Amino acid sequence: MAVAAGQPLLRVRDLARYFPVTGGIIRRTVGHLKAVDGVSFDLEAGQTLGLVGESGCGKSTLGRTILRLHDPCRGQVVLDGMDITALSGKALKQKRRDMQMIFQDPFASLSPRRTVMQILREPLDIHRIGRREDRRRQVEALLETVGLSPPMASRYPHEFSGGQRQRIGIARALALNPKFIVADEAVSALDVSVQAQILNLITDLQERFGIAFLFITHDLGVVRHVSHRVAVMYLGRIVESAPVDRLFEHPHHPYTRALLSAIPSPEPGRKRIRIILPGEVPSPANPPPGCPFHPRCPEAMDICRTRVPKTLAVDAAGLHQVSCHLHDPDHVPSASGRPPSTENS
Amino acid sequence: MISWHLKNRASLAALVVLVGMVVMVIFGPMISQWDHEIPDWDHYSIPPSLETDHWFGTDALGRDLYVRTMVGGRISLLVGLVATLVSLVIGVTYGAVAGYFGGRLDNLMMRAVDVIYALPFMFLVILLMVVFGRNIFLIFVAIGAINWLDMARIVRGQTMSLKNKEFMEAARACGATERQVIIRHVVPNLLGVVVVYVTLTIPQVILVESFLSFLGLGVQEPLTSWGALVNEGAQELETAPWSLLFPASFLAITLFAFNFLGDGLRDALDPKDR
Repeated sequence: MAVAAGQPLLRVRDLARYFPVTGGIIRRTVGHLKAVDGVSFDLEAGQTLGLVGESGCGKSTLGRTILRLHDPCRGQVVLDGMDITALSGKALKQKRRDMQMIFQDPFASLSPRRTVMQILREPLDIHRIGRREDRRRQVEALLETVGLSPPMASRYPHEFSGGQRQRIGIARALALNPKFIVADEAVSALDVSVQAQILNLITDLQERFGIAFLFITHDLGVVRHVSHRVAVMYLGRIVESAPVDRLFEHPHHPYTRALLSAIPSPEPGRKRIRIILPGEVPSPANPPPGCPFHPRCPEAMDICRTRVPKTLAVDAAGLHQVSCHLHDPDHVPSASGRPPSTENS
Repeated sequence: MISWHLKNRASLAALVVLVGMVVMVIFGPMISQWDHEIPDWDHYSIPPSLETDHWFGTDALGRDLYVRTMVGGRISLLVGLVATLVSLVIGVTYGAVAGYFGGRLDNLMMRAVDVIYALPFMFLVILLMVVFGRNIFLIFVAIGAINWLDMARIVRGQTMSLKNKEFMEAARACGATERQVIIRHVVPNLLGVVVVYVTLTIPQVILVESFLSFLGLGVQEPLTSWGALVNEGAQELETAPWSLLFPASFLAITLFAFNFLGDGLRDALDPKDR
């Protein structure tokens, strides 16, 4: 099914997922942990959106909420022109064929008691794809696609290395021929040399099958390698998103700048100015008012403490979006005379 | 690898012993000319002898000990299996439900378990005996009704740790229903723990029955069990040691065999050791 021209494969609007925080002996809900709080973005077919942010900023929850592994509290996820936030039962199951997930831990994501054949057949069995006898051959073809040999199908997951297990996890995600895959820290648990192999496999598969990826990671090097666009997340919100080269060369948000300044430079002797953020990430159960980043922001203004910044485009094409008062022409204090810098400091 | 083969051989031997034991207690009494309740008036308390056909000797009342040991074995093994089955069915269902659904339901269910746990077991059995009279089926019920508590706790813990594993999420992301997730992923991963616990529960239950019989709360004369026979034998230890030796050996061999079997089964069911 072709996606209508001009319409992205995946459209996420104002998505939010809160977890209730309970307290006391009778487990009353005393508050909400705002893991994802009003996230919007588009993802074109066959493209990769890299999602970066530190631990606990809601990256994984966002990925799982899009896939309906968590139910959203508010907002919309439109996949292929259909709003999937309200789907349930059979309709949701049908839609799950188009969206799959690759997990972080290749040791926890495969059941230790099932053979590779059983693991890879499961999605085919659940959706009754092909004739029973053909599924065996389909599994063997899947194994070849991810660079494993078909005779390995009779083995158990513990007989494989981390990289091989991750290939099995990728094969499982591919089994249903999805249009969109969430890769949640898909390479973080692997050795650096194996990481490169898996990343190359993922980009190859994307070219071959035209799959769109939401690539969740905290590794900026990885993100630069695989993504077409990058979104930076902080405390449940996307603070900046841009095409990958633009984001790395012209970061606008102070948080993005601080993150990028932490990348080690490959050139020896070259000085790099690190932006050290003071303090800790506030708890998402009790986020600060206004811009969530203001307590740690080196350039915080008064307005940052009271008002949540709007997300605005900072380039002509509208591809580079930032939510920061520094880049909102309505709020830049003209008295200070300080124009928002676009260069990486 | 070598140690596994040795263990495997031990558990295979244990299985053979257990099957032999079951066949013996079922068909054993048929090959003897004696009956478990009719005394041989000519031979009171005689040691094992072939010419009188009392292969294990007789007890103080002249009853054939070979037949009584076999008949007692029927009761002991039956108690072991039935009570374990009761605790298995209740415990696994209860524990899996509590662990899988979690939250308030889990809290409620496990506090109920705590309450039942706090009741003194002996008190409960005596109460049951007083209200309903002495009955072998009551023993099954009483033992099963207490043993499932442990099973439920073990299964609940295991289910909780399984619930958050990523492979469960992967199954859900593929569109598996709750039922499919439980059947395909929860149950097989519980199997190892449950099997081991079952093979530990059977001997435990046999011992509890023996203990109840020892106290006089178990099976009623003229029916008997290994526990009851050991009790009688212990009283005549000095004059007729054979009346303790035979039932006690059968009991011990059975308990050993179950323990070896459980060990072997756990290894056999764990793909990591294959």
